[in-house]
Amino acid sequence: MRLLTHNMLSSNIKGVTNGFPLLIEAEKVVEKPVDFNPDFLRNIFPKIDWKALVAAARAVGYGELPDTADAAMLESDDFLRHLHHALLQLHLEEGALVCPETGRRFPVNKGIPNMLLHEDEV
Amino acid sequence: MWYLCVFYHRLLDYRKPEVESLANLFGAFNGGDWDSDGDSSNRENNGNIETMSLQWRLPENHHPDSPFHFVYLPSEDMARKIANRSILVKGVYELWGEGNTHEELEEAIKLYPDDRKLPYLTSESTFKITVDSFGKVISFEEQNDRIRSLSYIPFKGRVNLRTPDHKFWLMETDDYGSNNGLPPVVQKRIFFGREVGSADRKLLPTYQLKSRTYLGPTAMDAEMAFLMANQALAAPGKLVYDPFVGTGSILIAAAHFGAMTMGADIDIRVVRDGRGPNCNVWSNFKQYGLPMPLALLRADNNLPPWRPGLKEVFDAVICDPPYGVRAGGRKSGGRKLLKGVVGPYTVPDDKRTDHIPSTAAYSLVECVHDLLDLAARMLVMGGRLVFFYPVLREDDTIDTHFPEHPCFELIASCEQILSLRYSRVLLTMVKIGPYTEEIAESARIKHLEFKENHLKWLEDGNLRTAVFSPADPQLGGAADAKLGKDSKPKYRGKYV
Repeated sequence: MRLLTHNMLSSNIKGVTNGFPLLIEAEKVVEKPVDFNPDFLRNIFPKIDWKALVAAARAVGYGELPDTADAAMLESDDFLRHLHHALLQLHLEEGALVCPETGRRFPVNKGIPNMLLHEDEV
Repeated sequence: MWYLCVFYHRLLDYRKPEVESLANLFGAFNGGDWDSDGDSSNRENNGNIETMSLQWRLPENHHPDSPFHFVYLPSEDMARKIANRSILVKGVYELWGEGNTHEELEEAIKLYPDDRKLPYLTSESTFKITVDSFGKVISFEEQNDRIRSLSYIPFKGRVNLRTPDHKFWLMETDDYGSNNGLPPVVQKRIFFGREVGSADRKLLPTYQLKSRTYLGPTAMDAEMAFLMANQALAAPGKLVYDPFVGTGSILIAAAHFGAMTMGADIDIRVVRDGRGPNCNVWSNFKQYGLPMPLALLRADNNLPPWRPGLKEVFDAVICDPPYGVRAGGRKSGGRKLLKGVVGPYTVPDDKRTDHIPSTAAYSLVECVHDLLDLAARMLVMGGRLVFFYPVLREDDTIDTHFPEHPCFELIASCEQILSLRYSRVLLTMVKIGPYTEEIAESARIKHLEFKENHLKWLEDGNLRTAVFSPADPQLGGAADAKLGKDSKPKYRGKYV
């Protein structure tokens, strides 16, 4: 699971109001190369919850992202490379996503998060 | 200028929409790029380039299902890009002449301006002439005779059959009777033109399902998947989402065209486990050397796990929803639970980790509603929703009421007949309005009305019953015999 995905997901258990961002329990993190596409990064940047991305990147051991970011920084190739790496190349292979409100663990196996809810959560 | 556009004679409903979509993808409607001789005022223009369409016309006496069409395109470069990316365009040609007889053709070619012809006839260039026909066979000798009869064209270059600089085509239609499913041609027509571009059908054997490692029972066939990806304008830098990803067969086509992909499925066996370490969704992408999907996740389309406030991230949503004929949809929550018969089963704490939650049948009505709602929220403005929708066929006509949503405009509906009883229709919708909570609510009400009025068969199992139930035994024998002979539809264009 890439951090882009993490940035889009929340816990949707019935009754939970603050299901985002999910905390990351990392057991195994791998890097998977992805072709660098600055246009894609510029398009997706406004949709990113930056704080959540920075926290997620740190949770998987990547500290190169600045605490705050604005659209002007997209001019910098350096910034784009860091964003590219954090958003698309870091991969949570094994671990879990934890609901910040209830502590419910959504397991991540073989890079695929299981967001399906149990019977008593829908 | 006007180009002759010849299609492969299959999937008739899909041909023009594919060209329209690719014209949009390559910027044909972005203005300013049209030839000065062009009369662009005829183009349907309601101010929104996402829903604009091209101008088409038919050769004299041709039926709309004929493979021969004329299309107006802004430039040769555009025509080439469209043809080369397409799946159903056999060729786009600069027409040098046409006529009902070879004499008329000769006259027309001689009248075609020299400044359009001579640059392609120079002594430095190589060329090739292909003789083709629709609906009949021309023997090798006849083909050679036809080519020799073109000696009035001043070809100066050398012939090169393998890699010519310029390809010329002589194409004929003749009265072929009604054997191939088209109404007979009234009169013979001959076309001569220079090829500008043609579809790369070699893709299809490369991606054909029979050589794919990981397959499910409803994997999308490669040709259709490419057509869907074209309808969705898949291209580098775009993000495409399939909420019913299965074995990834649709996303593979989108990834081939350079799009980034994301997929979800409710069935963990499909998305995570596959059939072993080298036989799963990831390995299917690896097999073709395509970039892996950005994300695969196990999620329920009925309760999508997207964070609140997240919207307008996908450029396209493409899918083949489960309509319950060959595979049924599932959603979270047990059957009894959702009916309110039993309270929710509380999972004991020690069993939570590996608990497999129960699911219930997910009817098509609900599925389509959730899909439209998800797409309305998650697509960027101008983004496309491309999905299959089943329809029952009665007396060769289909109910043409399709699901609607205030955020979407339907721009193409392409029928593919699957059996005498049902078809599936590929719907292409463009997002034309922003998504708000009020719109979502009004869409829900609209959808309920739609369900009341049209779609009893969308309920649990009804479609499946209609498709698979045996014919009425009383009428059965007679009706079948009749279907076999007399009443077999003479005109069966859409079956090809």
